[in-house]
Amino acid sequence: MKCQRCPKPATFHITEVFGHAKYRDFHLCEECAQRHLANPDASLKAAQTATPPLPDADLTDEFGGKHCPACGLKFVEFRNSGRLGCPRDYDVFKDELLPLLDNIHGDTKHAGKQPRLQPLRQANAAERERLRGELESAIRKEAYEEAARLRDRLRQLDDPAPGA
Amino acid sequence: MNLDRLLPNLGEWLRGIGPESDIVVSSRVRLARNLADMPFGNRANAEQKTETETRVRNAVTTANLPYALEFVDVAKLTPIDRQFLVERQLMSRELASVLDGPRGVAFNETESVSVMVNEEDHLRLQVMRSGLALDEAWTEIDRLDDALEANLAFAFHDQFGYLTACPTNVGTGMRASVMLHLPALSLTKEIEKLFRSLQKINLVVRGLYGEGSRASGDLYQISNQVTLGKSESRVLQEIREVIAQIIQYERRARQLLLKERRQAEQDRVARAIGTLGSATMITSEETMELLSTVRLGIQLHLLDDLPPTTVNQLFIHTQAAHLQKLMGTPLDGEERNAARAKYLRNRLRELGSHQR
Repeated sequence: MKCQRCPKPATFHITEVFGHAKYRDFHLCEECAQRHLANPDASLKAAQTATPPLPDADLTDEFGGKHCPACGLKFVEFRNSGRLGCPRDYDVFKDELLPLLDNIHGDTKHAGKQPRLQPLRQANAAERERLRGELESAIRKEAYEEAARLRDRLRQLDDPAPGA
Repeated sequence: MNLDRLLPNLGEWLRGIGPESDIVVSSRVRLARNLADMPFGNRANAEQKTETETRVRNAVTTANLPYALEFVDVAKLTPIDRQFLVERQLMSRELASVLDGPRGVAFNETESVSVMVNEEDHLRLQVMRSGLALDEAWTEIDRLDDALEANLAFAFHDQFGYLTACPTNVGTGMRASVMLHLPALSLTKEIEKLFRSLQKINLVVRGLYGEGSRASGDLYQISNQVTLGKSESRVLQEIREVIAQIIQYERRARQLLLKERRQAEQDRVARAIGTLGSATMITSEETMELLSTVRLGIQLHLLDDLPPTTVNQLFIHTQAAHLQKLMGTPLDGEERNAARAKYLRNRLRELGSHQR
């Protein structure tokens, strides 16, 4: 992570608390952190003029309780470790991650390679979803022959023949 | 797998050939990839890590590639073998000794391709080339990535690209780096100015063994920092342009050295060879510094009879794990310094080298 004030790496992570349940995080290099700590008021003003104010979501403590339903990660845990818990986190904490990504990369939208087989996989996933629905209703209707056929189709999708 | 059989080989990155190899040691591209349906390494339990390892291992060993990748179970290696693979640049220090649990590394015969499993990300692919050859490295790793994707669903997001455990790698997941030998710029102290200007354009300078390591033997790795918002080809192009500049600066500094202080340089090179050939105790740090001077001496034709690849061999063989393997016994720090000096004395005597 880069320092918010200069291009050096950020080694100090400071949370300033403003009254009730309002706070703001600073990610600074050693030099800028010392300047900040020596005179937080002036430093704060400088920061506010230098960078646009962060979205409201970042000022509340709500995300302390927000967690990823898949891996259980809380955003505060990410703040401490710098590591996310699973791919879902990028959607769960999207609002919080966007300013961070912009800060690190100067951009928030991927450009470049995409998985070549991804479209096929996504099509398969949709097909699988449809077949599963039909299978359930076939079982409910006790149409077992139909259910067996659907089950075979599903198996085929899970384990495509080589070259498929 | 008995890793000792790698000992006589130099490995792709030290072959000492390829474009601009008087300055560029090697080019490397790495890609971070994760399985779509698994928690990242720091949040995965032992069972999930085992499953990740099994799935990746199967994909890696059955991938449709023109070379075979052999899988090594890192958890089962001795500390010396782990260090050995780190010294050969086949895996990271993190995978060797910081992380624990199921993890591995697969690599090919020529050591140009490696795949780390259960590092910070589920997969870390790496392709090395000696000399300046970023495009070739990219083409190769792109093909490896496709071959693995045929059997593994990678975590990919429409907006954020390839998803990684750390947001600093998200997007392309690509880190391209070039290892440079910059002894003349180091001597003239211009190097610090150069690095400050690189930082401004979002390039990172690191020492020999990556993040946090010191620049030993005037070897520097320059790599991109940004992975989101720029395509792989654009990042490679930016690095190529910067490297071309640095090569020019280093060449100019070398010519200036020859013009202004040839005698002094000749003396420095002779002393370096002298120390390497007669010391009875020598640290790895000092060895790398002296070998850097010898390497420069060879490039400036101040030294006869010593091919650059020999310097590379001395360089790798005097690293701690390589040395202990060569001696066939574990050695503590002091013993290593004595063994290193003995190895260098013997090798240089065999080579019968002498300065002009």
